Formats: sequence, C-alpha cells, structure tokens
Amino acid sequence: MTFEIDYLALAPELIVAGTLLAVLTLDLFLARPQKYWTATMAVAGTALALLPLGVLAIEGETISMFEGSYVVDEFALVMKGLFLVAAYIVFLMSHNYIESDRYYQGEYYLLLLASLLGSLVMASSRDLVVLFIGLEVTTGPLYLLAGWRKGDIKSNEASMKYFILGVLSTAILLYGMSLLFGLTGEVTFAGIAEATSGLSDEPALVMAILFLMVGFGFKVSAVPFHFWAPDTYEGAPTPITAYLSVNSKAAGFVALLIVMYQALPAASDIWAPALWLLAALSMTIGNLSALRQTNIVRLLAYSSIAQAGFMIVPFAAAAVSGADLETAFGATLIYLVIYAVMNLGAFAVVIAGARKTRSGEIDRWAGLARVDPILGVLTGVFFFSLAGIPPLAGWFAKFEMFRSVMIADPATIALAVIAAVNSVIALYYYARVIKAVWLDEPTGEFADTAEAAPAGSLRLALGVVVALTLAIGVYPSIATFVREAARVLASGG
Amino acid sequence: MDWFETWGLTITVFLPVVGALLLGFIKRDNEDALKRTALLVTALAFLASVGVVIGFDYGGTPYNTYQFEVNETWIGAINANYHVGIDGISLPLLVLSTFVMVLAVIYSWNHWEEPKNPKAFLILMLILATGMNGTFVALDLVLFFIFFEIVLLPMYFMIGIWGDKAPRKVPGFAREFETRLYAAIKFFLFTLFGSAFMLLGFLAIYFESGNVGAERTFDIPALTELGAAGAFSGPGNFAFLVFGAMFLGFAVKVPMWPLHTWLPDAHTAAPTVGSVLLAAIMLKLGSYGFIRIALPILPEEAVSWAPFIAILAVIGIIYGSLACLAQTDMKRLIAFSSVGHMGFVMLGIATMTDIGINASIIGMVAHGLITGLLFFLAGSISHRYHTREMARLGGNIKLMPVLGGILAFTAMASLGLPGLAGFWGEFMSLVSAYNPLDGLSLGVFRTAMVLGAVGTVLTAGYMLWMLQRVNLGEPSAEWEGRQFHDVDRFEMTAWVPLIILIVVIGFYPKVVFNATTDAVTSLVDAAFGTDTTAALSSLVKGG
Repeated sequence: MTFEIDYLALAPELIVAGTLLAVLTLDLFLARPQKYWTATMAVAGTALALLPLGVLAIEGETISMFEGSYVVDEFALVMKGLFLVAAYIVFLMSHNYIESDRYYQGEYYLLLLASLLGSLVMASSRDLVVLFIGLEVTTGPLYLLAGWRKGDIKSNEASMKYFILGVLSTAILLYGMSLLFGLTGEVTFAGIAEATSGLSDEPALVMAILFLMVGFGFKVSAVPFHFWAPDTYEGAPTPITAYLSVNSKAAGFVALLIVMYQALPAASDIWAPALWLLAALSMTIGNLSALRQTNIVRLLAYSSIAQAGFMIVPFAAAAVSGADLETAFGATLIYLVIYAVMNLGAFAVVIAGARKTRSGEIDRWAGLARVDPILGVLTGVFFFSLAGIPPLAGWFAKFEMFRSVMIADPATIALAVIAAVNSVIALYYYARVIKAVWLDEPTGEFADTAEAAPAGSLRLALGVVVALTLAIGVYPSIATFVREAARVLASGG
Repeated sequence: MDWFETWGLTITVFLPVVGALLLGFIKRDNEDALKRTALLVTALAFLASVGVVIGFDYGGTPYNTYQFEVNETWIGAINANYHVGIDGISLPLLVLSTFVMVLAVIYSWNHWEEPKNPKAFLILMLILATGMNGTFVALDLVLFFIFFEIVLLPMYFMIGIWGDKAPRKVPGFAREFETRLYAAIKFFLFTLFGSAFMLLGFLAIYFESGNVGAERTFDIPALTELGAAGAFSGPGNFAFLVFGAMFLGFAVKVPMWPLHTWLPDAHTAAPTVGSVLLAAIMLKLGSYGFIRIALPILPEEAVSWAPFIAILAVIGIIYGSLACLAQTDMKRLIAFSSVGHMGFVMLGIATMTDIGINASIIGMVAHGLITGLLFFLAGSISHRYHTREMARLGGNIKLMPVLGGILAFTAMASLGLPGLAGFWGEFMSLVSAYNPLDGLSLGVFRTAMVLGAVGTVLTAGYMLWMLQRVNLGEPSAEWEGRQFHDVDRFEMTAWVPLIILIVVIGFYPKVVFNATTDAVTSLVDAAFGTDTTAALSSLVKGG
C-alpha cells in the first residue's frame, strides 16, 4: 500500500515539527543568558507555519490523505489557523513571563510546540486513531507545563490534579472509542457514520457516545467534568492557563464537533439531549460559581466553564427534526474563534495587570485605570466582550449561538432562555473586574510603572487581539468565513 | 445635495464616535482642546440632523417608506444590513437627541463632577451620542439591537465613575455600598436582562419571516410589510410570546412599572449630564422601539397586549406620582416623575390610535426637553448648595432669582400647563384613551383615562410641592451670609434653547405633528386598519 503525500498540505505541521527540533537543538548549545533565542525561534516558526496555511486557504481545495484519515479542508484550515494564531499570542505572552522568572525556557517552548503540533494534527484527523493521538499529544505536554512553577505548591497541585483527572478521562474516552470500533468495525468517521445509521437504539452505542462525551467534556471543561479547571488554571503559569483555556479547549471542541457531526450524525437523538443538559449545567454552574470568586484567574476559569456551556448550546439543536446542522455547527465554530480571541486578550490583561498590582486578587486591582488608563480600556474591552456587549466581538458569538437554537422547538427555546438569563448573570462578574479597575478607589500601592510596564511582546499580543475584537465586533462578516468551513463538514464532508 | 441624501444620517450617527477617537489623541490636561473638539463634533452632528430636517419631504409619503435611506450589506451571512433611514416618527427624536447632546456639552463646560477627567467623560458622551442617534435611524433589527446596547457601556461608566458617592443600604447585604456602584450595575443588569429577551424575540421573527416570506430577514421595512399583512399572526401563541419578549426589552428601557426600579437609582446617582441624557433621550429608545418595531410588525399581538400595557402605564402614572410625593431628595423626585410621564407616553401607545401615538411622540419630545432641563437645574442647585435635600433648601428664588425663575417655569411645564410643551402629550394621551382602537375594551381604557386624569392632578401636586419646598419660603439659616452666584453663562446657553423650544412646542405643537401625523396615521391604518375619525385627526393637525 502506498500513500500519496501532499507536502504542501502537511507544511504547517512539518514547520512546527521542524521548529520543535530546532528549539531542542538550539537549547543544548545556548548559554543561559541567550536562551531567549528559543522563544524567538518558536514565535518565528509559528508565524512561518501560517504561510502555507494561507496558500492552502487561497487554493481552497480539499485534500484527503491516508485513505481519508487525514483531511485538509476548510474546517481544518480554520482550526489550524486558530491554533497557530492562539499559540503565537501565547508565545508572545510567555516571553517576558518565563524569562523574568528564570524558568527552563528551552523546554517550555519545546513542550508548547509539541502541544501545538498535536492540535494541528487533530484538526485534520478524520478517524478515531489519528484523533486520539492528536488529542493526547495536545494534552500530554500540558500536564508538565501546568506544574512549571516548581517552587509553588499551587502549581504542583495544578499539575497533579490535571494529570490524574486527565488520564482518567482519557481512559474513559478510549473505552468509548473501542466500543465504537467494536460495534462498527470502522475507525474512519465516514465509515462509522455509515455503520451507525441503523444502530441508534443499540445500548452499546449509547454507552460509547456517553463515554466519548465524558472524555471530551473533560477537555472542554464542561460541568460536571470541570473540577480540575479552577485549581489548574490558578496554579499554572498564566500563559499556560491562557493556552489551556483557548487551545486545549478548542482542541476538545474540535474533537466534539467532528465526532458528533461527522461520525455520529445518525445518533444525534442520543447526543443532542445529553449535550443540552451539559450546556445548561455548564452555563449555570459556571456562572454561579464565578460570582463568588475573588481571584481573577479563578474567575476566568469559571467563566471559561460557562463559555464552554454557551458553545455547547448549538449542539442541542441538532436533535430537532429538520434542524439546520450547518447553522448549529457554524455557531459553535464562530463562538470558538471569537472566544479564543477575547479570552487570550483577557489573559494578556491579567498578565500585564498582575505585574502592576503584584496580585491576582480582584480587590487589589482597584483603581488600576488611574495609573494605566490604556490597560484599563483593554480590561473593559475584553471583559465586556466576554460578556457579549456590542460593539465588541463577543456579541456576535452570543448572537450566533442564540440564532442556532431559536428554532420552533420547545426544548431548544428553553435552552435559549436559560442562556439568556445566564448571559445576564455573567455580566455581573465580568463587570466586577471592570468596576475594580475603573470605579474603585485604589487600596494598595502599584508597582513602579517603568519597571512593570508590559514588555514589547506582550504589547504586540494585546494589540493583535484588541484589533481583532473590535474588527469582528463591528464587521462580523470577517468571522463568517468560518461558516464556509461549517458547510463543508456539516454536510458530511 | 445628492451626497447628503446618502450620507446625511451616517454622518449624524458616526460623527460623534469619530470625535471620540479624535479626543483619544488629545492630551488629557489640554482641557480646552478637548471641550472644543467635543462641542464642534456634536454641533456638526446637530447641523447634519438639521440638514435632514430641511431636506425631509413632509408631503404624505406612502406608508413604510423612509427618506435618506441607505441599505448596504453588513453581515451577508445572516442577511443583516446596514439599513438606515428616517420617517416622520423618528425625525423629531433624532433631532432631540443631537440637540440635547450639544447642550449637554455646553453645560459640562464648567461643571465637572469628581473625579473630573473631562477627556474620559467627553469620550463616553460621544459614544453615547452615536448609540442613541443610531437607534433612531436603524432599519434593521440587528443594527437596532447593536445601537440599543451600545448606550449601556458609556452610561455604566458615567454613573459608576462620576456618580453619587454617598453610601447606601443594599437589600440583601450587610455592608453599605456607594450609591454609584449599586446604581451602575443595577442599571446595566436590568437593561441587559430586557434586551437579551428582546434579541430572542428578534431572532424568532427572523426565522418566522423565512417561513412566511421569501427569505429570512432582519429588515424592519420588510418585516413591517409582512406584519401589516398579518403574516406572523398564525395559529398558536408564537407571536404572542415574541411580542412578550420584545415587550420585556422595551419596557425595561422605558421604564414601565414594575420594571422601573433601576431608574430612580440610576437617575439619582448619575452625574448631572448623565441624568439629563438618560432622561431626555435614553428612555425614549424603549418607547420608540414599541412604535417602530413591536406595533407594526406584530399588530394583532399589540392589540391583545394593549389593555395590559395600558394598565401598567396607568399604574406607572399613579405610582410614580405617589412616589414623588414621598421623596425628600429633589433629584429622586424628578426621577420618579419620569416614571409617571413615560406612563402617559405608554398609555398613548397602548390605545393604538393615531391620536394616541402622536400624543406619545410629542410626549417623548416634551419629556426630553422638560425633564432634561429639570435635571440640569437639579444638578446646578446641588452644585451650589451641595445638597439635594428639599428640607434644607427653600427660599431659593430669593437667593438666586434667575435660577429659581427657570425652575418655576420648568416645573409648570412638567405638570402639563397648557401653553407649554408638556400639556400636549398628557392631554392627548388621555383623549385617546377615551376612544381607543375598535375592539379594545372601553372599560379598561376609560378607567385608565380617569386614573390618568387623577395622575395629572397628582403631578401638579408634587411639582408645586417641590417648588414650594425649594423655591419659596425663607432660605434656611444655614445659608445665611453665603453668596450664591446665580445662573452663569454656560448654564444660560444650555438652558435658553430648551426654554424656547418648550414654549414654541407648547403654543405651536405642529412643529412636531407636521412630521409625525402622516407617518403615524398611515402606521395605524396599515397596522390596525381603522378609519380614523375626521374629528380626531383635525384636532391633531390643527394643534
């Protein structure tokens, strides 16, 4: 058996893999003060990988390799673009953070690149094995990175919790996959879709789907599989938290999206109601818990749980007969892209703000806007965007989410109402951060401005995401190219 | 002037936000440049709206046609367009909005509330201006929603940063919070709650339009056409619920009793200019939404909701007036008076007649001018006395004759004295309630009329009582020996145009009706299919 390999289609993965090896080699020969070259390398490599992506996007052809197991279509391109841009921003955010705290720089970027490579593979995976490998390569390095602040007991706890729960969920996921394979004898999604079309009342299939959902639910930190998230987010280095809440969550959603819509469309009457419940729980519990947080990272952790709930909402529409799968799929995808942008912004603000205030406690952020109005404005932009207030990008994400479920069906409309109430609750805690920054009187001293000014790379990161947040908010057509991707996948490829 | 036909409204709407960007580049301590730029920008936006007034064709244009129309693709994927346009209903409100904004900038010239920072304040004002102007010209539900929401951000910051810093008890919490913090988030949460449901309503209409029309659309004129043909009023309670969702969004903004509780807090806590803009323009976004969107698109449901709206409106009138009688804080009293006045506006709308809707529009304009002026006055008074407690004020007219005189005038206008602007809205809305749309319960509406009339008496009562407590009598001993400077030139410049307009509209309401009557009559005809009686329409046209 010979395989046709299209090297252009694989170029992003190859470039990232090459960068990874280069970083590894370089790290061996660099003296300690020169280690920042590894960061530069990682940033450059990620940016370079975007080039072939652009070429592929312009060509716009669907390339299928390895007997359909590995596909580069518009959906894959969109997701790879998202992973690369998000990783690029995380690298920019890490640069100063890692360097100033004397962590192992070389290994840090090496592991992040490995995780990025995994997510790129995942976006193209169209069978269970490739998907599983991609997902594990994405997650594995993160177990280490979560514990990167070795001296901090919280970071150790973060890593441990993430690892144990992660491995458990992987085991369950794998069990679900093996059941699916046992039932259908197929590993490719197309094959599974065909084989399951007549199986919808098979108890083993229900089991398999539920197991898969547990596994993916853990990756996207949906309630009730979210317990690791707040502690891990708080303990991990902040750029890693950003990566966890964006790339890793996006990877989970990619898996959820392609498995549900591509492999199991026939079983949507099993997974859609279950995901209805997951969405309702995640939104409500995530938001209500976020109300009580005093630490800004924990607040963002619960917020990201709630946001995952919003992203799952459109899935629930798939069970309605005659539902518009494209709209539902597109809604999740658009939400994911916009969420990635604004959440990265929020974390960049957290990094910059924490340098100024020397704290992650929201109370200590009081009056920050007086010493740094620009940071104050950025806080307003990203947190109000997360709350979905126009004209910031978040509104369009919420809008598409509502649009996907406002179809004539009592269950989905009920979910829309739950989501509407939740978006009001969410405003309260997002506004609390803004209140502290803008409205409250300063309670403590701020760090010396010159020394604590955000580094150039962090400023660049902030600039990129704020421009995207405003541009998508005012002219959402920028984001709707994502819908093209949805059309490809939701219509069966 | 062809270019103005296409660009006029866009300029009016977006000039302020461009100005806000410009202000961002001006140094913070260069206060003069900041103020001049803001004034220039708002004045130009006002002139643009005057240009629209001049270019507007007042001859009976057919129903559901708009002038200065622009329709460009915006979010192609969901068929949402940048569609703006203006008709007789939105014209007076747009001009009101641009006009009051100029006066607000003039007033703030030397009235900065702590913690000052004119740059931030002016930027917020200009963003607010774009949101408000945009809402009045938007002809696409998504666009309308965006503009409707944009106003929340600047107002939240205005109340939260420059608002009242006095501590107050908050139900459910042991410790006290600063009024501004409580009021700001309460305002935000209430409005967002309403608009989240409004959005669900819009989306439901969007999908339904795809079932009954050719393609799914957010276009207000297209939906109005479908609505007039009864397209959304199929069997089942779909449209009834959709109207309810929209009702929630608009009613919070108006605000209607019992969703009004954010208003007294927000108004009282906001800085003077914030209260003025909130009262003069922002409240109208809700009532305008009823006339522009809810009524024409869902006429049958509007009729079935009408008695309910009328009842809430009347409760608002009575409740607002009684609450006013219980206030000791002057600004809070004016805030509650808004609940009453907007009750008249909503009563007019609820009758679903041309006279009632005309009444509501002139009521909105009059309330914008009068209550805006009242908030200016309350701000200036508390600026001088450093208190708004009416028990401590008194004899104001002796200390500051001009300010006291203007206050007396405005209070008279507010209580609906014939010959001043406030009269028409109240009077005509009561008249319309006597004879609502055929098929609406006469019992409900005539009872509403009687209770509304009682409300006008109460209004007179609390306004006069306020005057008595603030203006008349002897100044309290604590002010003895204090020098108060009477109205300064910036205040004068900001207030005189309002006073003139209050008198002009009072004597010659046709300046408003000229624009509105045709649009309203054709709306009522198309939506509710009634032949309005000649007597009533002659009353409207004759002024």
